[in-house]
This record gives sequence, C-alpha cells and structure tokens, in this order.
Amino acid sequence: MTVAVARVRAKRVLPGFTLSLGTTLVYLAVIVLIPVVALVLKGAEIGPAGFWAIISSPRALAAFRVTFTAAAIATLINALYGLLMAWVLVRYDFPGKRILDALMDIPFALPTAVAGLSLTALYGPTGWFGAPLEAGGVKVVYTLAGIALAMAFTSIPFVVRTVQPVLEDLDPAMEQAALTLGAKPFTIFRRVIFPSILPAWLAGCTIALARSLGEFGAVVFIAGNLPFNTEIAALLAFIRLEEYDYTGASAIALALLLAALVLLAVSNLLQSWAMRHKGAAR
Amino acid sequence: MTHSRNPLLPRLLIALAVGLTLILVVAPLAYIFARALQEGWRVYAQNILDPATLHAIWLTTLVALIVVPVNLVFGIAAAWAIAKHRFPGRGVLMTVIEIPFSISPIIAGICYLLLYGRQGLLGPWLAEHDLQVMFALPGIVLVTLFVTAPFVAREVLPLMQAQGSEQEQAAVTLGASGWQIFRRVTLPNIRWALLYGVVLCTARAVGEFGGVSVVSGNIRGQTNTLPLHIELLFNDLNTSGAFAAASTLTLLALVALVLKALLEGRKEG
Repeated sequence: MTVAVARVRAKRVLPGFTLSLGTTLVYLAVIVLIPVVALVLKGAEIGPAGFWAIISSPRALAAFRVTFTAAAIATLINALYGLLMAWVLVRYDFPGKRILDALMDIPFALPTAVAGLSLTALYGPTGWFGAPLEAGGVKVVYTLAGIALAMAFTSIPFVVRTVQPVLEDLDPAMEQAALTLGAKPFTIFRRVIFPSILPAWLAGCTIALARSLGEFGAVVFIAGNLPFNTEIAALLAFIRLEEYDYTGASAIALALLLAALVLLAVSNLLQSWAMRHKGAAR
Repeated sequence: MTHSRNPLLPRLLIALAVGLTLILVVAPLAYIFARALQEGWRVYAQNILDPATLHAIWLTTLVALIVVPVNLVFGIAAAWAIAKHRFPGRGVLMTVIEIPFSISPIIAGICYLLLYGRQGLLGPWLAEHDLQVMFALPGIVLVTLFVTAPFVAREVLPLMQAQGSEQEQAAVTLGASGWQIFRRVTLPNIRWALLYGVVLCTARAVGEFGGVSVVSGNIRGQTNTLPLHIELLFNDLNTSGAFAAASTLTLLALVALVLKALLEGRKEG
C-alpha cells in the first residue's frame, strides 16, 4: 500500500482518476451512448431498402425539401448578418456596444418555443410587423419565409461568435502595410481581412445550417405544418411517432442525424483549417 | 484605424447593424412583454396564477432542480478526469461529451422512446416491473439530462486544462487528500466557470421543448412543462395566456444573460 502510494506520488498523479473517469464513462453510456445506439439499431433493423423507401416517399421528400430550402435561406441571412455584427462589434467603438454584443446571445438563452410564439404573433396578421407586411401583400406566417425566419432567429449567434474571436486576433500590421501601399478600404477587406476570416466564417455558417436543419420548437409555431407545403422533417418524424409508426420516425430521424454529423465534420475540418491559418499568419 | 479616412462607412455599418438587430432580435423579445401585458397587470396575474400554468412552472422547476445538479457533478467529474490526467482516448471522450450539441433535441427524444417506450428495447422489461419512464417525469428528466449534458463540462474543461495541475500536485506532495485538493485548490480556481456553466445549463433545461415534447405525452396538469404548456395555450387560441407563460421564461433568459455578462469577465481568473 505504502509502496503504491509512494509510486503514485513519484509519478505525480492526482487522486480521483478512477472515480471521476468511472462516473464520466457510466454517465455518458447511460445518458448519451445507449440511447443513440438504440436509434442506430433501429436503423439496422429497418435496413437500407426500408430506409430508402421511407426517405423517398413523396411526403418525406417534400418535408426534406422544405427543411433544406428554409435552412439554406436562414443560413444565408445569418452569413451576412453575422459577418456584419462581428465586424461592427470588433472594429468600432460606439455607445451601447456592450448591449448590442449581449443581445447576440438572446436566441440561445430564449427557449425556442418562446421565440416561435413571439415570431408567429409578431409577423401574424395583427402583429407589429405582420400587419404592415400583409397590407403590402407579403405573408410570412405559415409560409416558407416564416420557417426560414424562425430558423434564422434560433441560429443567429453561431456566425457572430465564430468570426468575432478570429477578427479580434487579426494582426493589424498587414492592414497597415496594405494601407501604406495605397490599397482602398474595400480592397483591404477583400484581399487581406476576408481570406483570414473565411474558414471561421464558413465554419460558423455550417454549424448554423446544422442547427437550422434540426430546429423544431421555433418552427412548429410559425410553419402552419401543412403536409407537402410547410411541413419540416423534424415535425414529420414527430407526427410519425404520434401515429405509433416508430420505424418511419426513426428513418427520418436517422437521415437528419446523418446530415447533422456530416455538417459537423465539415465544420471541424474548417475550424482546423482556421487554426492552421491563424498559425501561418503569425 | 483602417477607415479613419472615410468616417461615413463606419457610421453606416453601425446603423445597419443596430437596425437589423432591432428588427431581428429586439422586436421579438419586446413583443413578448407587450403581448403578455396587453390586457393589463390584472389579466397578466390571472394568466400566471392559472392552476395549469402554475403546475407547468412547478414541473419545469422540478426538472431543472434534478437536472442541473446531476450535470454539475458530471461536468466536474469529466473535467477532472480529462484535464488532470493523461490516458488514451481523451480526444474521443471529449467528442462524445459534445454529441448532444450536434443532435437535434427531437432526435434525442426519439432515441429515448426507442429505448424506454412501450415498443422500445427496454419496454417489455419496464412493463413487467410496472415502471413508467416515458410520458412521465423520468422520461422528461432523462431527455433534459441528455440535451444539457455538455454545458458544465465544456465551460470547466478548457479552464482546467489551461490552468494545468501544478497547484494540485503541490498539494499532493504536502499530503492533501483528493477531496481536500478539490475543495481547497481546484474549486476556487474554477468557481466562476462552474457558475457560468450552471447558468447556461439551467437556461437550456427550463427551455427544452423538442425532446421533451416527444417523451412527455403532453398530459395536461401532469407532464406539461412550461414550454409545452405555451404551445398548448397557443393551440387553444389563448394567446394572452401563452404570452404570459412565455414572459416568465423570457425573464429567466434575461436574468441568465445578465449573469453571463457578469461572470464572463471573472471566468478566467
């Protein structure tokens, strides 16, 4: 015993390793891994042919089309808005900047159901924005635009918060050099700044897209949920569950999971590219 | 700076940023309170004090009271194991901890249903022992545990890694026990990050919707958490009731953001 303790001390190993690692592994197995394995097992049971039959059914295809289209629009909105916000928050000083910065976290802090409720009423026929829009003939609620809007809201922080730190770390010497050489501000942005933040920007967009594809809470309120028209994939999975069609629900869930994992892998690649970029710039 | 020669552009961009944020973020936020209080404070109070709403508030509080401490312990254990020790598979373990972030909550709900539901893998065994997990409190707690599992760990882990373990090793040499080291050396170093993780975990736990809606069964007055109750009121066309219920969660979110801003500066040191 004393020998063991002495050896541990000699190796300078901290106590509590078995307990903490054991707790971590058991907890992750029970809470995370086993449930995910249950879905994968269900997928194996369905088989590739069955999976394809469910995924390629007209209603599922329509749901995937709606989901991907709306998520793409939402990501495009956030790509531009997020870049603008990151730029303004890093480069300029103005009163209220800290509040503006804190506001970027609202979509994460606000429960998605609350966001969905508020957006639906806000853009509804009697809402602050909905009333003038509908007077002008533009309908947002219960359309693809509404779905995209809800997805855009819930994924606002991703692009801002991935671009912001990279922009902060940018070496000002390069810009100064470009300026001395007579480059115009826009040229400096396009040729010097943008290439440096490109990997982080793309990574942020990818995570935003992944999040939008799986968004449920905010979307169900505003979507109208009309099959073939405004029904998203996550909702179709939910409807299949309510019909006790666990196989149908699982196949759609697996397809969404695969899409999310691919996007996550892409975002990780982009982020490691960003790290290398950062290393090279210094 | 770069744009000092052209003062118009910064002003234009700032104005655009503020304007878009007002439309995209501030308006939906302000609208919640505007609608909740539209019919006056008396109606607002009535809506909040409605028995079904009160029950939903209680259930959501109960779930958070179970979930947050459990994930706090998990987060500390995971960070201690990964940051303070070297062992093969640390990278894999860190990836596994992040899994819940990349899985849509509704998919998480389906995973749990496939495991514990009537037709699920453990369904027959649970039925035999008369244990109800799905469409009951345990199911709601389990899914919320899944969704919020990474929050504390991901705040504490990088900090513990950055701080290294020299102080702890010194304490070992001085003969301190594991618990003493944790309480006297590690905890004071990570307390703000820990609190920060708890704030984020709580905010997420009380707001969880997709996963919970799969496993709760929406039984009015029984398994209806606050976010689910908002949907129920909305579908009942009780919009002012829905907004009143939503305003409580919004206030909580704002408190979480203020705490987050306060803790952000202190986290590192």
